[in-house]
Amino acid sequence: MSAPIFLADVTLTHGRHPAVHHLSGEFAAGSLTAIVGPNGAGKSTLLRAIAGLHPAHEGRLSARGRIALLPQAAATDRQFPISCLDVVQLGHWSRAGAFRALRPAETGAARDALAAVGLEGFERRPVGSLSVGQFQRVLFARLLVQDAPVILLDEPFNAVDARTAADLLALVHRWHGEGRTILAVLHDLDLVRTQFPETLLLAREPVAWGPTGTVLTAANRLKARMMSEAWDDAAEACGRAA
Amino acid sequence: MRPRRLSAGVFDLLFSPFVEFGFLRRALVGCLALSLAAPPLGVFLMLRRMSLTADVLAHGILPGIAAGFLVAGLSVTAMSVGGLLAGLVVAVGAGAISRATGGREDAALAALYLVALALGVTLISTRAGSVELSHLLFGSVLGVDDPALFLMAGVASLTLVALAFAWRPLALECFDPSFAAAAGARGGAWHMVFLGLVVLNVLAAFQALGTLMAVGLMMLPAVAARHWGRSVGGMAYAAVFIALLSSVAGLLLSYHLDLPTGPAIVLVAGGLWVVSVLAGPVDGLLARLLHRPHLAG
Repeated sequence: MSAPIFLADVTLTHGRHPAVHHLSGEFAAGSLTAIVGPNGAGKSTLLRAIAGLHPAHEGRLSARGRIALLPQAAATDRQFPISCLDVVQLGHWSRAGAFRALRPAETGAARDALAAVGLEGFERRPVGSLSVGQFQRVLFARLLVQDAPVILLDEPFNAVDARTAADLLALVHRWHGEGRTILAVLHDLDLVRTQFPETLLLAREPVAWGPTGTVLTAANRLKARMMSEAWDDAAEACGRAA
Repeated sequence: MRPRRLSAGVFDLLFSPFVEFGFLRRALVGCLALSLAAPPLGVFLMLRRMSLTADVLAHGILPGIAAGFLVAGLSVTAMSVGGLLAGLVVAVGAGAISRATGGREDAALAALYLVALALGVTLISTRAGSVELSHLLFGSVLGVDDPALFLMAGVASLTLVALAFAWRPLALECFDPSFAAAAGARGGAWHMVFLGLVVLNVLAAFQALGTLMAVGLMMLPAVAARHWGRSVGGMAYAAVFIALLSSVAGLLLSYHLDLPTGPAIVLVAGGLWVVSVLAGPVDGLLARLLHRPHLAG
């Protein structure tokens, strides 16, 4: 099976500032990869690019098949007057689009997804009344409904309680078991070491990419930190050259 | 005998102005049409944190209206065409300016709206007296002639149909823009449709309410409805109801107390907003006070 996500010398920029430089490689079908690196290393930008939300400045990025994206928590308006069930039903968007009414089976699937993340009975609750962890569970239920072969998670366990993190991690492993391709931006290196077989260490340039044990070495992490600290001077020059 | 006299009094107060005067009936129908279409737009503006944008658009149309007025006098068609063009320029221009100058859309909007208001008043003053100027700024029930009425009814009908189509994309775009983009919901295109509807409604409203208060029936009921509904649909229904009530009560107030129409309608809506802030079941001050001991316990 060919890789669902393939990158050839991809460079992503914010305005004139480089976010990700010269990244080549592929995320194999069915792989479970953690993307780690210092703040501002371009991790979120890379996910957004794979989801088709950020054009590549240079290089070639191909992503096949339907992709489900869990955006960073800050991107959603948690005070918006919408019920939990409606949020989960948004997962049907790729099939139902903007206009079609949902079929009973589709509403049923959304109810099942809510139950699967432990929020049975929350159907009519407005999302504004949920805790951070509960809201993240709702977004995972939406991912369940999306049922996509490729799943991108941007800091999925940030600021959620330990119990929720464990439950959601179990879902991630379930998806992995189902053969889906999963990329997750993460900060907790212990979690990455124990739960994620593959790791991409990113510091604007790729530092290391492969089996987690060979990537998360002390030498690589030091290199990543040095690169991200050294970068600010170089950024200006690179922007001018372009 | 007393009940009969009472009922006659109620009739005089509430119905006879509309029975007796055709211009009041036309104003009533026009305002009711506005009340059906504008408040749901206001709800979306509020949810998108764009409450001030409507105000800016309402002032932005003034130079266009003034240009139409200079060409053809108080003609609904000329003023509407001018206003529509000016409104669309401001709607597109504000977004473009803020993108080009790096965010700060509110600053660009504030600048645009001051310039537009000053330009509009200056243009009108070159040719018109204070009567026409106050008519354009504050509206007048006498201004609701047949063409204006057709404009209001047409805009209301178009808005309701368009909103029915745009509802889901608009809601998704404000709730979760990243998801909307990833799902290919074309938020940008729907946003332009939405801004176009806002311009049309402001244009229709200025005939009765004047440019300074044209957004009164759009924003005040919407902001008040936040305290009555827990869903976008619930808020929209509440906003429409508040707007309908404000229109009828404002017109009656304006007739009986000889007040300018636009301010009277907007003041009633403002009163209902105060009531909503105090007594509304969602985040109302009273509801909060009553709930506090429960939460503490």
